[in-house]
Amino acid sequence: MLEVFIFATLNGLVTGLLLFMLASGLTLIFSMMGVLNFAHASFYMLGAYFAYSISLHFGFWTGLIFAPIIVGVLGALVERYGLRRVHQHGHVAELVFTFGLAFLIEEAVQFFWGADTKNYQSPDLLDFPLFTLFGQEFPAYRGFMIGISITIFISLYYVLTKSRIGIIIQAALTHPHTVSNLGHNVPLIFMGVFGVGTALAGVAGVMAGPVLTTFPGMAVVLGSIVFVIVVIGGLGSLAGAFIASILIGLLQSYAIASDLGMPDLLNILGIEFSRDHPLTDLWTLTLPQIAPILPFLLLVLVLIFRPTGLMGKREQ
Amino acid sequence: MTVIKKSTVWICYLLGLLALPQFFDSVLAISIFNQMAIAIVFALSYNMLLGQGGMLSFGHAVYFGLGGFLAVHALVMIEFEILSFSIIWIPLVGGFIGLLAALFIGTFSTHKAGTVFAMISLGIGELIAASSLIFVSFFGGEAGISGDRTFGPPFFGIEWFQNLEIYYLAVAWVFIATLFMYFFTLTPAGKMANAVRDNPERAEFIGYSARRVRYITFCAAGFFAGIAGGLFALNYEFITEENLNAATSGRVLLSAYIGGLGYFIGPIIGAVVLTLMNSLLSNYSDLWMLYLGIMFLLTVLFLPRGFAGFIMMHQMVWAHGKIKSLVLPYLITGVPSFIFVIASVGLIELSHTDEAEFYYLGLNFDSTTAIDFILISIAVLAALFCIRKSLPQLRAAWESANEISDDDEKEAQS
Amino acid sequence: MLSADDNNSKNYRENKKLAMRTPQIFRYFVLSILLVFSSYTLSQEPVRIAFMDPLTGAFASIGNSGLKQLQFAADYLYNSKGGILGGRMIEIVPLDNKQSPTESQLQFRRAVSGGIQYIFQGNGSAVANALNDAINRHNRRNPGQEVMQVNYSAVDPILTEENCSFWHFRWDAHANMKLNILTDYIAANEGINSVYIIGQDYSFGQVVSDTSIELLRQKRPDIKIAGNEFHPIGQVKDFTPYVTKIVASGADAVITGNYGADMVSLARSIIDNGLDIPIYTFYAAYDGITATLGEDGKDRIRLIHNETSNPIPTEQRKEFYRAFKAANPNNDVTQPRITNALMMIVQAMEETQSTDPYDVGLALEDMRFTTIGGDEVWMRGEDHQVFQSLHISVHTDEGVEFDADNSGFGLYTEYSVPLEETIVPVNECRMRRPRR
Repeated sequence: MLEVFIFATLNGLVTGLLLFMLASGLTLIFSMMGVLNFAHASFYMLGAYFAYSISLHFGFWTGLIFAPIIVGVLGALVERYGLRRVHQHGHVAELVFTFGLAFLIEEAVQFFWGADTKNYQSPDLLDFPLFTLFGQEFPAYRGFMIGISITIFISLYYVLTKSRIGIIIQAALTHPHTVSNLGHNVPLIFMGVFGVGTALAGVAGVMAGPVLTTFPGMAVVLGSIVFVIVVIGGLGSLAGAFIASILIGLLQSYAIASDLGMPDLLNILGIEFSRDHPLTDLWTLTLPQIAPILPFLLLVLVLIFRPTGLMGKREQ
Repeated sequence: MTVIKKSTVWICYLLGLLALPQFFDSVLAISIFNQMAIAIVFALSYNMLLGQGGMLSFGHAVYFGLGGFLAVHALVMIEFEILSFSIIWIPLVGGFIGLLAALFIGTFSTHKAGTVFAMISLGIGELIAASSLIFVSFFGGEAGISGDRTFGPPFFGIEWFQNLEIYYLAVAWVFIATLFMYFFTLTPAGKMANAVRDNPERAEFIGYSARRVRYITFCAAGFFAGIAGGLFALNYEFITEENLNAATSGRVLLSAYIGGLGYFIGPIIGAVVLTLMNSLLSNYSDLWMLYLGIMFLLTVLFLPRGFAGFIMMHQMVWAHGKIKSLVLPYLITGVPSFIFVIASVGLIELSHTDEAEFYYLGLNFDSTTAIDFILISIAVLAALFCIRKSLPQLRAAWESANEISDDDEKEAQS
Repeated sequence: MLSADDNNSKNYRENKKLAMRTPQIFRYFVLSILLVFSSYTLSQEPVRIAFMDPLTGAFASIGNSGLKQLQFAADYLYNSKGGILGGRMIEIVPLDNKQSPTESQLQFRRAVSGGIQYIFQGNGSAVANALNDAINRHNRRNPGQEVMQVNYSAVDPILTEENCSFWHFRWDAHANMKLNILTDYIAANEGINSVYIIGQDYSFGQVVSDTSIELLRQKRPDIKIAGNEFHPIGQVKDFTPYVTKIVASGADAVITGNYGADMVSLARSIIDNGLDIPIYTFYAAYDGITATLGEDGKDRIRLIHNETSNPIPTEQRKEFYRAFKAANPNNDVTQPRITNALMMIVQAMEETQSTDPYDVGLALEDMRFTTIGGDEVWMRGEDHQVFQSLHISVHTDEGVEFDADNSGFGLYTEYSVPLEETIVPVNECRMRRPRR
C-alpha cells in the first residue's frame, strides 16, 4: 500500500506541476486582460506538435528551446491581431473568440499533422530509471519534468516580484493608465505577457507530448481541467493556481490509486442492494471510475460556496 | 399597422416552413429540415440565455439532452403501455424536464452572470456529460437509448411512420415555441432580462432582483431547450450522451453567435446556416470543420453582431432609400472577395489531397507539381490585393450612405 | 476614382477567369444531376455500396484506411475486370459518421435518399447498435427498400445475440469468441499466474472484463485476477497512476480492449514505467499505433484477430497486398475481412442475380467461402455471425514481410486456431425474419 501511496504522490506532483505550467500562463493573461483564454490548452498542443516536428530533424533538445518560442510568437500575434480587436466588443466576445480559436487550432493541427497519434519520443539521454522503489521504476524523464516546472515557477515568481519588468507588469495590471502616462507602452506589455503565457503553455506541451501522447485531442483533454484550476485557485491568483494545480493533480492520482467505492461505503453502513436495483450504477460506483470528473465536482462546489475561489480577491 | 405587419411576418414564417417539403422532398431533404427545426428551437433558447439575459453558457446542451432522454424514456413507456398519450405531446415532456433541471440548477448558478456563470455552466455540463456515461441504466452508456414513435395512439389516423409527418409536427412545435419565445421578449420579465444584462446594478435600483430576473430567463431557456430535445427524440427515436456533452453546447453557441446575438431572428439564421454546412458541406470536403472554425473566427472578428447584425446594419440605409448607392461598391469588393474565398479553398484542398489528380470546380489540378500551387496562390494574392485596394471606396460609400441629415432622421421616425 | 477604375479592370480580368470556369462548373452540375436521375433507368447502373465510418475527427485514420481497402478491393477484384452481374460496376460511396451514433443516423438517411442498400460499417459498437436499430425500423416501415448492414468490425456480441437481425451480418469474430481463444492461450502459458484487466468504461470494455474473468475462472482457476479497472473513454491524460497499480498488484499480464489513443497511451505508460509484462489486446496495430510503439513494444504486445498478417499463406493474397501497397503507399491492408465481406456479397449477388438485400441475405446464410488467403469462412444462418480461423500475433520486426505503418514492425502470428474450434453456440438470438 505504501508503494502505491508514494508513487501516487509522485505522479500527482508531475501532473500537478504540468497543470500549473498551463495555469500560470492562463492566470497571468486573465489578471492582465480579464479574459479567460479558452485556447490556452491549444497552445500547449501546438507546443507538442512543433516540438515533434523539430525533434524529427534536430532532436528533442532543439525542440524544447524553439517550439515554445514559436508558440509564444503565435500567441503574441493572436493577441495583437485577434484579441485586441474583439476587446472593444466586451468580455463575452473575447471569451467566444478564444473558444473559436481553440476549435480552429484543433482543426488546423489535424490539417497539418493529420488525425493520428504522433510518435513523439522522449530523449534517449533521459531514458533510464531515476530510481527504483519497491520494484517500481521512476523514469528520469518525469524527474526532469518536475525539475523544469519548479525552475520555471521560481524564475517566474522572481521576475514578477523582484525585477523591474515584473514591477511594471504588476503596475500595468492594476493601473494601466498611470503606467501608460509614465511612458511605458502598455499594449506592448500586454502582448508580451500574452506571448510569454502561451510560450509557457508551449513548454508544457513540449514536455508532456512524449508522456501523454501527441494527438489532436490532447488540448480538449487538458483544456477544461486547466480552466477549472484557474477558477478554483481564484481568478488572477498565481499562488492560488499553484495550490489548485497540485491539489487537483494529487486528488486525481489518489482517486485512481484507491480501490474505494460505494460498495465499501455501503458495507460500512451495512446496507445491501441486489444487482438489478434500478440505481445499481450508483451503488457500484468506485473512486477510480469518477476520478476524471472530480475536478468539475470541486469546481461547482467551490463556485457555489466560495465564488472567488481559494485565493481569489477580485470579482468580476 | 405594425400589428398587421408583424403578423404578416409570422404567417410568412409558418407558410415558409410548411411549404419547404413541397420543393425538396427527398428523404435527405426532409431529414435536413427536421434537423433545422430542432436546431432553430435550440438556438433560440440559447439566445434567450445569452443574447437576452447576458448569461454565457458552456453547458446548455444539458437541458436539451435531459429533455431528450426523458422524451425517449416516455416513448419506451408508451411502447410498453405504461403510459398512453399521443406522441405529439412528447416535446412537452422534454420541455418539462428541461424546466425542472433548470429550476434546480438555476438556484445556485444564477447568482452571478459573466465568468462565474460561464464556469458553473461548464462544470455542470462536464459533470452531467460524464455521469451520463457512468449511469448506464438511465442513459444507456455510449450506445444511448432508443424508442419507437409508432406505438402511441394514432393522431387523426397518422401513425408517424414517415419523417415527413414528423416534420409537420415539428413545424407546429417550432412555430409555437418561436411565438412564445418572441412573446417572452415582450413581457416585463423579458424586458428586465435585457436591463439586467446591460446593467444589473441599475436594475436593482429600480427594485428588481437581478438574480430573480436571471433565474426566470434561465428557466425559460431550459424549458425551450427541453422542447428541442423532445423534438430530437421524436425525429431520431434515440438519444445518446453526445447530445448533452460539451460539443453540443459549443455548437449551439456557434450557431447563435454566427447568426447574431441579440436579434431575435439571428439564431434562426445561424441554426439554418450551420445545419446546412453540417449536412451539405461535409459531403464535399473533409475539412468542413476547418472552414467552420475560420468562418466563426471571422464572424467574431468582423461581424460581432453576426449575420443578422450585418443585415440590420443596412436597415437605416434601406429606410432612406440609399441602398442603391451601395450595390456597386459592394460588388467591387465582393467579386474579389468571392474569388479570394474560392481560390483559398482550392489552395487548402489542393495541399490536403493525397491524390495526384484533383478536381475542383470542374477544373483538373495536378497536386504533384508546384505549378498549380503557384497559379492558385497568385489568384489568392491578386484577389487579396484587389480587396485591400477596394476597401477604402467601400468604406467611403458606406459612410456617405449613412450620412443622414436631420430631415431624413425625422422623416424616418415619423 | 482612379483606383476604382484600376480595380475594375482587375476585376474584369478576374471575372473573365471566373467566366471561363462557370460553364464547366455548370456542366458538371448538370451531369451529376443527370447521373442521379438516370441511375434508376439505365440497366448498367453501378451497384452502390456505402462505407460509413469516421472519415474526419479523432478516429479518421482508421476510417479512411478502411475506405481505401474497400475501394481498392472493389476496383482490383471487380471493376477492373468488367464489373459484376454482367457488367455493372461497384461504386463505393463514403459516408462520414464521425464515430457518432447521431451522425450515423443522418448519414443513414443520406444513404437511403441515394437508393443505397448496402452499408459497410465497422468502428464502434455503439454506432453499430444505433445503425442496427435504425435499419430495422426503416426496413419494417419501408418494405421493398430494405438496407443491409455489413458489419465488418464491430464486435459487441449483442449484435448477433439479443439484438440479432436478419439485415445485419457480421464478418468479424465477436468479443466473446476472441476472448475464448485469448484465454485459452493465456491459460496454456504456465508463466502467467495473475492478470490485470483494464478497459474503457463502456459496453465493449465491460464485455471484455466480464468474459475474461469468467473464462479464466473456468480454464485456470489458479490465475488470480489482480485487478479489474475501468477508466473513462478518452478522458485519461496520463495512465501512469494506473500502471502504478498494475505494478503494485504484481500482475504477470494485462488484458485490455482499449483502442485508439487510449491504447497507445496505456501501452506507452506501461513501457515507460519499465513494466515488462505482456499486453493482450484487440486493437494495438496499424494506423499509427505500430509506428508509435516501435521498438519499445517488441514482443510485448499480442493481438487476437482473423487472417494472418505474417506469414501470408497464399501468393494470391500477397499479390493483393503488394498491389494495394503500390496504390496506397501510406496505408496497409489492416482488415482483410472488408475484402471477405465484399467478395461474399458479390458471390451472393451473382448466385441470385439480384441486388435486393433480401435475396442476397438469404444466399449469404450458411454460405461457405474460401478467401484469397485460402481461409475457409462460414456465415452461420441462425445469427449471421461469421466463423473462420483466429490467430494470436505478436508485435515484432522479425519475420515480418508485410510491415505496418512502413515502420519495419508488424504482426507475426504465433498461435492459430482452426474454424471448428472457434464456433460458439447460438446464444439468445431469436431472429425475426421478414416475410416475402
